[in-house]
Amino acid sequence: MQDYLVVVSVGLAMGTLGRLYLLRVDYRQYPSYPQGYMVHLALGFIAAFLGAVAIPALVAKEYTAVTFLALAAQQFREIRDMERESLKHIEDTELVPRGAAYVEDIAKAFESRNYLAMLTALVTSAAVQFFKNSVLGIFTGGALILLLSYFTRRKRIQDIATVRPAKIHFQGSILCIENIKVMNVGHPDSRKIFIEKGLAVMIEPKDDDARATLANIGQRQAIAHDVAALLGVKRDVNEVDFMPLVRIELDTGRVGLVIVPMEKDMESLIEAVKMVPVLESARRKPLKSKAGRSASD
Amino acid sequence: MENIGVKEVILAVVTLNGNQPASGVPVFYARDEAERDRIAAHLARILSGMVHDLENGSYIIVRH
Repeated sequence: MQDYLVVVSVGLAMGTLGRLYLLRVDYRQYPSYPQGYMVHLALGFIAAFLGAVAIPALVAKEYTAVTFLALAAQQFREIRDMERESLKHIEDTELVPRGAAYVEDIAKAFESRNYLAMLTALVTSAAVQFFKNSVLGIFTGGALILLLSYFTRRKRIQDIATVRPAKIHFQGSILCIENIKVMNVGHPDSRKIFIEKGLAVMIEPKDDDARATLANIGQRQAIAHDVAALLGVKRDVNEVDFMPLVRIELDTGRVGLVIVPMEKDMESLIEAVKMVPVLESARRKPLKSKAGRSASD
Repeated sequence: MENIGVKEVILAVVTLNGNQPASGVPVFYARDEAERDRIAAHLARILSGMVHDLENGSYIIVRH
């Protein structure tokens, strides 16, 4: 009995620690308050507990206990729904919405991290059980956390594209970023503000895969949201002219972003764009297919 | 239809052209460009719309 207690508690501790570690990595976007952390830590704890008891249950020949793991997986699917629902509800209160693709991406990440906590606890408790050594178990768990977080790491815009400053100009009343026509800005005052305070960058895809990814509307909305969140945006509910816009150049697949930020700082803008995650739902790999490869040359 | 789709609506027209007929959408006639710009700015604020320039003397206020 005493043995099992050690096995389960080491597994539980490592699983929860894994969840905490990943919560820390993701602090930039969400959650931002202790309540949010609490929810995810509690669920991570439960997941870790389920993972940790599986091996001792197996050893004690309590096979029914193991089936609970399957049941738990079912339960954790709810987490994705929970995150999606809550993020969708607050979408209306964002000056620059995240967009459905970004919401889905965040929700999915939260779900997968619970499985990660469960897996870490499972492997850790297995190690403790078989090596009869808790220190070895802790090392195994730690290594697994690092390994898994390395493999579930997302790509960022800087991995698939280069970002450089671009010039804003007007063709009559049409706002242009180099040769991308973005939109018609009717009011002369708004045009003046765009010229004086607006910033634009050009995002140039590195290959055809990147081009297809950047063309995704969800991906472009995610860029607009993240940039607006980091640099601020001169925009209000009744002031719609300065919505940050991300538009594509049809000939080359380059993508232009225009924003009127609170902080006019090109360096930080480029940095912010580079750090935007590539969304899972937006990732395309036409170059992996024969048709895509032959179309690219 | 959350991300794309036709949801733009012309809320009003502000024009210098006295011959612009009013049909189906409110039309505001302005005496000169300064007045047109001012009316357009007010309407955009009130209606949470955006001013677009058709470059023929008419502005339209559009809800996006």
